[in-house]
Amino acid sequence: MISISDLHASYEGTEIIHGISAVFPTGKISVIMGPNGCGKSTTLRSLVHMVPEMSGTVALDGQNLAALTPQELAKRIAYLPQSRNVPDITVERLVIHGRFPYLNYPRRYRKEDWEKVGQALEWVGLSDLRKRKMENLSGGQRQKAYLAMALAQDTEVILMDEPTTFLDIKNQFEMLDRSKVLANEGKTVIMILHDFEAILHYADHVILMKDGNTLTSGSAEEVLRSLEVRKAFGVKPCFFETEDGLHCYVRP
Amino acid sequence: MQNSNSSSTGSKKSWILVCGAGFVLIAAVLSICLGAVSISLPQLWKSLLSGPDNTAAARILWYSRLPRTAASLLAGAGLAVSGAVIQKVLANNLASPGIIGVNAGAGLAVAACCAFGTFAAWAIAGASFLGAMVATFLVVIVARKSSASRTTVVLGGVAVTACLSAVTETIITMVPDAALASVDFRVGGFSAVNHSRLLPAAILIIAGIVVVLTLTNELDVLSLGDDTARALGLRVSHMRNGMLTLAALLAGASVSFAGILGFVGLIVPHMARRIIGSESGKLIPFCALLGAGFVTVCDLAARLIFAPYELPTGILMSFLGGPFFIWLLLKRKDKRP
Repeated sequence: MISISDLHASYEGTEIIHGISAVFPTGKISVIMGPNGCGKSTTLRSLVHMVPEMSGTVALDGQNLAALTPQELAKRIAYLPQSRNVPDITVERLVIHGRFPYLNYPRRYRKEDWEKVGQALEWVGLSDLRKRKMENLSGGQRQKAYLAMALAQDTEVILMDEPTTFLDIKNQFEMLDRSKVLANEGKTVIMILHDFEAILHYADHVILMKDGNTLTSGSAEEVLRSLEVRKAFGVKPCFFETEDGLHCYVRP
Repeated sequence: MQNSNSSSTGSKKSWILVCGAGFVLIAAVLSICLGAVSISLPQLWKSLLSGPDNTAAARILWYSRLPRTAASLLAGAGLAVSGAVIQKVLANNLASPGIIGVNAGAGLAVAACCAFGTFAAWAIAGASFLGAMVATFLVVIVARKSSASRTTVVLGGVAVTACLSAVTETIITMVPDAALASVDFRVGGFSAVNHSRLLPAAILIIAGIVVVLTLTNELDVLSLGDDTARALGLRVSHMRNGMLTLAALLAGASVSFAGILGFVGLIVPHMARRIIGSESGKLIPFCALLGAGFVTVCDLAARLIFAPYELPTGILMSFLGGPFFIWLLLKRKDKRP
């Protein structure tokens, strides 16, 4: 379980996050949602201490993460930023860098590291494309390759900043389905999502933010049905039931 | 099947490296044997065994061709590896040692040295190395003060280069003798190389390349982007600044005896990437080989084209480098903005 308490974060002296506290339960998908510029990405980056000006406590299973070196932190938490380079390397070479935190100077990847790469590529379904250059993959395949890198990192927690952005609808579902499987396998998955229907369907726990504060948190249905969602986005979520369960669409 | 694919690709790249080593060997032998006076292979062998004895061939070999060939090999390897590191670290394929102030810093130091009337080879070599390092430190400090992002390093480099070049031009304008004395350095070449000037730089270049070879995974992780690299536990700013300093050391040491050889640090990494790919584990050693061979062949051509007169190697390289750069720009236009 990751917990944050009284988290403040600033960029160039301007406070973006104003003392938020939250809990992200183990083995669940937690979603941070909120309007653009509300501090979702900053909150996510704060979890891996990537915001230079921050205060408050981030703890993983009770251990304060500020006490860890970047290398130790990378063995506990994987982070997939929203914008990523398309490096001129093969898929397997990208994925092996997930093992980077486990080696010390002069870092040379070992046999067991390559075994982890094989498993991760198999898990995301990219084994056949392992020799392919990253720049020759589709957007969905690149996303899977980066997910495989995060898996090779072998962490308890995976953070994903808008993992479905730029993906077509089929790949969006595939990405979210795989995240669900990861959570079911015991990993703590924390992601930023915008799509209300996807949040309702996939999120176990939702934190709603606005202007650097948390407005509310709870199950996806609780949060989406709350008045705070209307306040935060200025829209009206509507719900309907089908044989698949509860669905949500949004009206202005 | 994956293992066999992996090993076949790996062995193909290993063969490319072997070919690179062969290219360097052939270039080195040709550079030693050909020139205003040719040395045959039997003469070469005999002179190598006998040492710098009284025969003309042995004296030419030991006092002229060997230092000159070693210099071209080392300068080529140093500048090419430096360029490859800078391009990786800044994720900018158009970057080269010049972008972090190496050439401007060395140029200013040499102009100042000459303006003060110090024309000794060792003084010019030392000044150019120190100038290159100080200029790079200025760029790194500017970048550190402003978050050390890739863009600020490039912009800092442009700004520092502009300032230093302005000072150099001022010195040259005020002391015209400095322009004449430093012209060899500014054009670049190996005609004035000797053992004492080469040795300290050779140690730095060899040590620098060995250290870079141990940091190839860090280079690749850095090229994944700042956030991804940090998420993998890399101290991005420290590593970037450390690698830039290492690149400056390699280029500064090369420039100290070879002068400003434009384009080696730019075009050789490009050629190498096209042949062996971008993964640093193979790219860096191949860059070292290709750079060494390429500069040696260019120096050989500079000696032979108008023999017994010599063209400065730097001029020949710019003749080759300019059109290549234009081709590169045109080719990039089709791929990315």
